[in-house]
Amino acid sequence: MRGRRLSSIIASVTAHAVLMAGAVIMLTPFLWMELTSLKPPQEIFRLGLHILPREWGGAENYGRVFSDTPMLRFLLNGIVVCGAIVILQILIAVPAAYALAKIPFRGRGLFFALILVSLLVPIQVPSLFLYLGFARAGLLDSYASLVLPFIISAFAIFLLRQHFLQFPQEVVEAARLDKFGEFEIAWRIVLPSARPAIGAFAVFSMVAHWNDLYWPLVVVTDPEMATPPLGVVFFRNQESGSDFGALMAAATVISAPLIIAFLAAQKTFVRGLTSIR
Amino acid sequence: MTALSAQKRAEARIGLVLASPAILLLVLLVVLPVLATAGFSLTDYRLGTQTIGFAGLDNYGTLWNDPRFWQSVGNTALYTLIVVPGSVGLGLGAALLIEGRGWLRPFYRVAYFLPVASTFIAMAIVWEFLMNPSVGLFNQILFALGLPGINFFGNAQTALFSMAAIGIWELTGFNMVLFMAGLAAIPRDLYDACAVDGGESGWDRFRMVTWPMLGPTTFFVAIITMIRAVRVFEVAAVITQGRPEGATEVLLYSIYVQAFQYFNIGYAAALIVVFLVVTALIALVQARFGGGREASR
Repeated sequence: MRGRRLSSIIASVTAHAVLMAGAVIMLTPFLWMELTSLKPPQEIFRLGLHILPREWGGAENYGRVFSDTPMLRFLLNGIVVCGAIVILQILIAVPAAYALAKIPFRGRGLFFALILVSLLVPIQVPSLFLYLGFARAGLLDSYASLVLPFIISAFAIFLLRQHFLQFPQEVVEAARLDKFGEFEIAWRIVLPSARPAIGAFAVFSMVAHWNDLYWPLVVVTDPEMATPPLGVVFFRNQESGSDFGALMAAATVISAPLIIAFLAAQKTFVRGLTSIR
Repeated sequence: MTALSAQKRAEARIGLVLASPAILLLVLLVVLPVLATAGFSLTDYRLGTQTIGFAGLDNYGTLWNDPRFWQSVGNTALYTLIVVPGSVGLGLGAALLIEGRGWLRPFYRVAYFLPVASTFIAMAIVWEFLMNPSVGLFNQILFALGLPGINFFGNAQTALFSMAAIGIWELTGFNMVLFMAGLAAIPRDLYDACAVDGGESGWDRFRMVTWPMLGPTTFFVAIITMIRAVRVFEVAAVITQGRPEGATEVLLYSIYVQAFQYFNIGYAAALIVVFLVVTALIALVQARFGGGREASR
């Protein structure tokens, strides 16, 4: 009995040691980003391993981020673009998903097949044609070009349809007898039951579009229109690897919104990002 | 005509009305662009030239004979072959170890999941700094230990592996959470039955219950990771530009360069078609063997 307890203690200590080592590796980039953003250049370039800042360079580094780049504009662009995408995705997906789940109409099967096929098409596939279209319309470097390609989400429609299918048909029929219009039934009666799914989708979509670099890189060249990821890339190329303190400060600023949101609402976040199946 | 069938017809019309914005947008933003891209891939279209001529399968022939294309395909495949087992294996290991670890469990969960909730390109730039050959943390540690430094992204032998390390770091926590959900769904009494059958050690429990019960989860996680891995782009586009010697040239980066830097529309379209076929094949494997769970766009 004694031996078994000893071996289970050893197992537990080993597990914690391995997990702790893993956690250190996972967190090192974040810690190093923070620490470097607080160091003055001479400390970053001084050879030898020293972890904590001895002198304070934080004010200068963060100051440089906001004076050398339109950082607030990047963040605003990110909020406007992500917000517009998520709201439009939901506005367009709800009626479509409701129709797919609750109303038999001609062409419904074909529409659903189209949704399933669209799930297989990542943005990089239509990007070439869409770029040519936006270029011809003179819409490069605009919110329209950043938002429009994403307002239709086959995934949102698919997800919501699954939820609406579970909504009791009798309630829908009763509402129809009470002369509720279909649009009203969709928004006021069926939708509230799918609120958790919509929340999860909103988190998923927000994170995906806040992080997206590919499409902004294609349609935006004007720093004023850059989203946060593109903004930090512009800043990196402009600094060309000489001012690591300010670069790490910029990385901190643009990652902060998502990280704060994650730490504040871990459950919602994890659910939103992993219930995608 | 009865009132009922009139009502049904009105209903059907409303169904179409409700779905029509989505249908219209799908056609405009997905169907049309995909068909047009397939069409472009059969032409010699380049932005800036006035003429556009039918070229048959010439672009695909050029592709086939282009060593850079094969290097790009090979790099993407190698990257996927490292990142999928790496992040799936580590995600599973972390999930198994975290099970029943009491008060530190929430800390581990947050620490491992943080890369998933962060802004990837910002963290990629941090990794580039960590891997800086002279002032980066990793080489400072190696120097302090009296070892030679590694030129992570500067050396064709290590560049793709450095990129894959970042990919594994990014995806492990995500896979861990999926495995934790899979583990929570395994009925407790299977472990009791295993003990009755003489399965005493942790390894027995894993081999006889956990691993077989996690089969579908593992398959699903591997496919999702594969879909993400073949879309690797950011590090190649921002940090290495495919260098050195094309060692980090990956499929999406080749597409980006051909389409939006050289404006070789016909050739880029052919690359995109190849990319679509690859991702669609992975998704079809999932649909065929994975019980119909859908991956997201």
